[in-house]
Amino acid sequence: MLRPRKAGGMNPGTRQAECHDALAGFAVALLDAARPVPHDLRTWNGSDARQRFAVYRNNVVVSLVDALDAAFPVTAQLVGEEFFRAMAREFVAGHPPASPMLFEYGADFADFIEGFAPAAAVPYLGDVARVEYALTQSTHAADAPVIDPAGFRALLAEPERLASLRFRLHPALGVVRCRYAAASIWAAHHGAGHLEAIDWTAAEDVLVTRPHMEAALRILPPGGAEFMLALGRRLPLAEALDIALSNAPGFDPQSGFGVLVNAGAVTEVIVEETTA
Amino acid sequence: MNHSTRDATLLPPRAGIGLKGQHVRDLLASAGLPAFVEVHAENYMGAGGPSHRALDAVRERVPLSVHGVGLSIGASEGIDALHLGRLARLLERFEPAAFSEHLAWSTHRGTFLNDLLPIPYDAASLHRVCAHIDRVQSVLKRRMLLENPSTYVEFAGSTMGEADFIAEVISRTGCGLLLDVNNAFVSCVNHGRDPVAYVESLPLHAVGEIHLAGFAEDRDSAGDRLLIDSHGSPVTHAVWSLYRHALSLTGPIATLIEWDNDVPDFARLMDEARTADEVAEACCVPARQAA
Repeated sequence: MLRPRKAGGMNPGTRQAECHDALAGFAVALLDAARPVPHDLRTWNGSDARQRFAVYRNNVVVSLVDALDAAFPVTAQLVGEEFFRAMAREFVAGHPPASPMLFEYGADFADFIEGFAPAAAVPYLGDVARVEYALTQSTHAADAPVIDPAGFRALLAEPERLASLRFRLHPALGVVRCRYAAASIWAAHHGAGHLEAIDWTAAEDVLVTRPHMEAALRILPPGGAEFMLALGRRLPLAEALDIALSNAPGFDPQSGFGVLVNAGAVTEVIVEETTA
Repeated sequence: MNHSTRDATLLPPRAGIGLKGQHVRDLLASAGLPAFVEVHAENYMGAGGPSHRALDAVRERVPLSVHGVGLSIGASEGIDALHLGRLARLLERFEPAAFSEHLAWSTHRGTFLNDLLPIPYDAASLHRVCAHIDRVQSVLKRRMLLENPSTYVEFAGSTMGEADFIAEVISRTGCGLLLDVNNAFVSCVNHGRDPVAYVESLPLHAVGEIHLAGFAEDRDSAGDRLLIDSHGSPVTHAVWSLYRHALSLTGPIATLIEWDNDVPDFARLMDEARTADEVAEACCVPARQAA
């Protein structure tokens, strides 16, 4: 397997190209176990370079599977460690991370799971992964003040101004729209409610916020997601309520506003200059 | 050198521990503290949140070292300006006493491979690595420490020894050396070299920090030992011996107990750090008294 060392006397340009090739060949062979290992490796005792190269292949795959396992714990619990790791291995091979910040890794893991045939028997698995990813992103989002219920009380003192208020939503806020009861399933794994009692076929809109430094989720009432998304587009409160009502006639403006007040959803009330 | 001449490390010359999220509560409640803690830069590159708050609290009690794993200094492509910018903001935010990275690569054409991969030791690599370190030090406005790698294969095209390569990088860029004693031992066993001779041939005057960790053991196809740098077990007897020898040549140096797999609780990390302090006292204090 060992190739003789090339004779010296190359110009620096050739050397640069050779080195570039060495790492490119290494990278390609790392991610595709079907490829032969790079030809330009040597071992001191003539032992098989393929076995040694396999250490790197294993490090890359196992460390990334570990990262997913740590970031998607409920998803893993739902299908068991063995199944999860086999599924994660396939994901890693086709979707390696683009950034060294591994807390961002897995943005498309939920989509992958939904297309992963062996997981089809657990239709809500992708939605649960979506919720877990949103919780991680909320955890690492920027710090910003939270307007708490006491902060809202002053606004309620002037109800005539409420309709035109706009809000800057908190950077740690996220809305996840699930086709299945992913938030209830997630909560049952954290001691809230019983898994057996959940109708997993019920769609859930989930609000993720970080009111007290820890990311938390709550299930939004029908229309609640449209309400939050409209506020996120900086529409005034009255307009956001109208949008929610037109999407869900049963939407209760008071409870929608209640979520805004109690979930730590708002970081700033944008007060418009009133024209005289 | 067009960057600041500030010391590559302001860490105290005693033992510290790698800090994981699960240790923060224990550390903040503990009477006995490590001499410093080290964190992986990339874990704190989010915009904010509880990990930032925890690190703020920790660094009020102990000096901080930031250790990067994603800069890919050995890569054939240039340093990622975006990642370097994130690193600059992180160091500005937490003002660590030291910043270190690896003589390795981990990124290729927009893919992060999450491992520290080997480079050929030749003139082209030397030129590239030095250019990358120059850029890093000039953007970060500080000297960095460069860690010697653990490797499982070598490149047929290498024209220099690893220690000579590292000495040349340090002499050209002015960066310091993070001497990973476990890596030195792992690589020497894996490539049939003498660990003591390897350590002695490094530019020991530039050592600003030492790493100690555990390795796993396998056999290669020829039946020789193949050591895996796993960071998932206690420091071995052989690595403690090599550490003792290194310290006898350098004097006391800030030393990190490093675990990344099967991470034990805070108390056990502190026990291992105490052992490192005892080794340092036993081998360095008499030498200092004799001087």
